[in-house]
Amino acid sequence: MPLPWIILFAPLLSAALIILFTQRYKNLSALISIAAVLVSLAASVGVFLAPEMQPATAQLPWLDFSSLGVNFRIPIGFTLDGMSKAMLIVVTAIGALIHIYSWGYMADDEGKSRYFAGLSLFMFSMLGIVFANNFLMMFIFWELVGVSSYILIGHWFYRKAPSFAANKAFICNRIGDFGFMLGILLVWVATKSVDFETIKTTLPTLTANPAFLPFATVAVVCIFCGTIGKSAQFPLHVWLPDAMEGPTPVSALIHAATMVAAGVYMLARVYFIVETSAAAMEVIAVIGTITALGAALMATQQNDIKRVLAYSTLSQLGYMVMAVGVASPNGAMFHLFTHAFFKALLFLGAGSVIMACHHEQDIWRMGGLWKKQPITLITFLAGTLALMGIYGFSGFYSKDAILIAASEHHPVLYYCGLAAAFLTAFYMTRLFVVVFFGKARTEAAGHAHEVSIVMWLPLVLLAIPAVVAGYPEIIHRFLPTPAHEHSMVPYIASGMGLAGILFGVVLYWGRAKDPIYIPLLANKFYFDEIYALIVWNTQDLLARISGFVDRWIIDTAIVRCLASGTYGAGFILRFLQFGNLQLYALLFGGGVVALFYFILFFK
Amino acid sequence: MITLNDYLLVSGLLFALGFAGVLLRRNIIIIFMGLELMLNAANLSLVAFSRFGIVNGLPNYNGQMLVFFIITVAAAEVAVGLAIIVALYRARQTTNVEDLNTLKF
Repeated sequence: MPLPWIILFAPLLSAALIILFTQRYKNLSALISIAAVLVSLAASVGVFLAPEMQPATAQLPWLDFSSLGVNFRIPIGFTLDGMSKAMLIVVTAIGALIHIYSWGYMADDEGKSRYFAGLSLFMFSMLGIVFANNFLMMFIFWELVGVSSYILIGHWFYRKAPSFAANKAFICNRIGDFGFMLGILLVWVATKSVDFETIKTTLPTLTANPAFLPFATVAVVCIFCGTIGKSAQFPLHVWLPDAMEGPTPVSALIHAATMVAAGVYMLARVYFIVETSAAAMEVIAVIGTITALGAALMATQQNDIKRVLAYSTLSQLGYMVMAVGVASPNGAMFHLFTHAFFKALLFLGAGSVIMACHHEQDIWRMGGLWKKQPITLITFLAGTLALMGIYGFSGFYSKDAILIAASEHHPVLYYCGLAAAFLTAFYMTRLFVVVFFGKARTEAAGHAHEVSIVMWLPLVLLAIPAVVAGYPEIIHRFLPTPAHEHSMVPYIASGMGLAGILFGVVLYWGRAKDPIYIPLLANKFYFDEIYALIVWNTQDLLARISGFVDRWIIDTAIVRCLASGTYGAGFILRFLQFGNLQLYALLFGGGVVALFYFILFFK
Repeated sequence: MITLNDYLLVSGLLFALGFAGVLLRRNIIIIFMGLELMLNAANLSLVAFSRFGIVNGLPNYNGQMLVFFIITVAAAEVAVGLAIIVALYRARQTTNVEDLNTLKF
């Protein structure tokens, strides 16, 4: 099966070519990278349209430990089912548009080659996650997306904020990934396999034993830690808003559309393991709900356009995780699918606004852009309405699928979801009104003009799926969706959305500065400060303890004692070495005489 | 009649003289000669044992063989030892062991 290989390895080849050969030729590097992603896109479409649409997996042996007496084989393989094909299209299509957009956005950047190499590496890693048919392969690519995300967040590493943000993202991800690794090991211990298909077949015999349930709960929660890290769920959500220090197309591709969705994709992929433990699913649902609502609250008080969108991403990821928790992995994948398009669109729109205002990101220093950027305005509006879940836009269908699942599960989750929907409509209205309407509040915003075609064309191309991706006729070609039921939920959710819009318009129309200020929300519930305090204190304590051990136990008790003991012994013993050969001989003779004396007379 | 005891007495005397020379003299050449004297005292006792240790009507030649070995080793030792002493004398213009104390602390 050559096509999946082409999809997977074209970006890797491009990354290698750029790093090894074309570092100095910036535009050539960009072209190689764009060509690679287009090849992947074409091959993905080929895979998608191929007649053998039925689920298929293929694998090659990679590592085999059976000769060591351990029954442990790691194949490298491809999963091709509806879910992975849909993800392929999402990743390569959005990836391709963002590569093209980056051509315009990063036009004058010194590190363009490095940037495009990073993007290609990211595409390779992300496609590897999509294809993975076993835990180990998924984990390897999981770490690889972490690395490429680190590289791209820290693209402007010579500035302090991006380099700190990159570190923060990487460390938070590592914490989550450690849990993920433990989860994989637990699953391996139970099933003796990391291969999804094998686990699927061995799992029913295990779950028949009730004693397996606590084990399964621990394993699933550990696996979910991977999602908490990668999809930035509470309490590891702190890295995602800071990751906005990276270039905007990176935020769109990695930190909105694809990588952060990998956690949800992974949960949906191993849903057959997740559903073995009801308790773990409760944990997942609650964490998702907390993230959805908490992030939406934080988003209402942010002033940086990209941070608003970042909190919105967190909130939507919370929705998806909640969907998995309320036993609707299809709903989660549905929302992932639509969210990828409209959130990438929103980020790219934000990118062109930022570009037009000369790298200004504060929404209160923009304003009145509707006249100057009509294309951005219309496409951004489409994305905004899709995010709010307004009828006729993709977000409406997917968000309702999740809310229906939540309403069937537990009313509290449902109400929290509705509240988050209201807040989403509210903060997006705030963002939209403040950025595009009113008077231009700075000179830069006054002189803004529409961006070039390389940048607005991806916006237009993304606006189409942002509107239509949720239509039942279209989504059925990609993913199985929850059966449509007659329910009050869509009406209520739409009502919440409209209320949010109304509230936002009333509050923010024509304002020159924020009429409300809630310190708790503006400071993101003080999470960063709390973590800083905890980390500070723990680290201080640990440093003190290890300082004490080092100074008094290792240095003094061990090293100094040994050294001075050896020196003292040597000092005492050297008086025996008086250096007179003849005296030695006398002693030697005396010794011999004494020896003879004892041997002969003391039998 | 000269008995084994007489030989051993002489041998012991020679050994004691050699040992005393090694212990008491300060000239390194004299010390060296003392050493040779001790070796030859050992040789004498070995030959005496060989001569008086009759096995099946014949002397025990093992003792005499050992003497040849000792003579050989002594010759080699003299060659090396004297060479060292000559080299030492050239370097330090002395053969007095009291003055050769550079390696003492």
